[in-house]
Amino acid sequence: MHELGIVFHVIDMVEKAASENQAASVASVTLELGEVSGVIPHELSSCWNWAVKKTERMREAALVIETIPAVTFCEGCGQTYPTVPQGKTCPHCGSGETWLRQGNEIQLKEIAIREEQEDAHGKI
Amino acid sequence: MEKYKIIEIKESIFADNDREADRIRAGLKAEKTFLLNLMSSPGSGKTTTLLRTIEALEKDLRIGVMEADIDSDVDAAAIAKIGVRSIQLHTGGMCHLDAGMTEQGLRELGTADLDLVVLENVGNLVCPAEFDTGAVKNAMILSVPEGHDKPLKYPLIFTVCDVLLINKIDVLPWFDFDLEKVREYAHMRNPRLQIFPVSARTGEGMSAWTDWLRTQVEAWTKA
Repeated sequence: MHELGIVFHVIDMVEKAASENQAASVASVTLELGEVSGVIPHELSSCWNWAVKKTERMREAALVIETIPAVTFCEGCGQTYPTVPQGKTCPHCGSGETWLRQGNEIQLKEIAIREEQEDAHGKI
Repeated sequence: MEKYKIIEIKESIFADNDREADRIRAGLKAEKTFLLNLMSSPGSGKTTTLLRTIEALEKDLRIGVMEADIDSDVDAAAIAKIGVRSIQLHTGGMCHLDAGMTEQGLRELGTADLDLVVLENVGNLVCPAEFDTGAVKNAMILSVPEGHDKPLKYPLIFTVCDVLLINKIDVLPWFDFDLEKVREYAHMRNPRLQIFPVSARTGEGMSAWTDWLRTQVEAWTKA
């Protein structure tokens, strides 16, 4: 259910961008998902495939998901480490004074559109 | 041959929602109305806590309530029974409210003559935390039977909240629930989190919470 809400937000954003760029249709949508964003890519894709069918321009739009690895920064020793296997405690110095530098993003990166094309006579 | 054009957007999917939430907050500030977003798991005692909170504050503040649920209106009915203006919002299957839905609700409720509006969000610790509703402060309720490990399992909601109510402390003797551990885990996620152990059923600890809320509302509506 959570993924569905996200899909609706993405569709709204893409529709807006498609209108601004006079797109006839949207071929693909690329999302960047942080490793610890809490979004399950598989669930997101199934919601996507269902929801785009209800739109005009995005019916055939493929969802491309790029993963952003989660990286945590340690205040204690100034080093970074991969979040997922280690969690909140720094593996270098054992400090708990750490914060996530990247990895919780849910970001619309880019879309590929087919433009409203003019034919040889200058009209669609 | 078909030609495709790539349009770079590079924007968080929450960006639109965040802008809308900021707009809601600015509107509420101008109107001198405080919006509290109340979140929790299902069954944590949200509605009972809210009823007791209203009883403590209704002499001083004009209060309205928005109940958000996937379906049904049992909560709004319970609030209406005590004579407080309330509306029920249905999310239509969605697990959270976003700023757009909140704004619709505020419009329907009518907020110009209210000091405090409480939004009772959908019962769930994951999704409501991700969408800014436009609330001035975010509160969550964790009840004793749910266990003290929740800040470890659902870190985001503890990060976005300003205040945590630990409810049902009257049943503490029967549960393996460590109040100090909750404080430790929750402050690990959010050092600024205010924590109030309460029992909405017996009234224990409730005045510390309602005093905090009254102070917040006064600061927002007077400044």
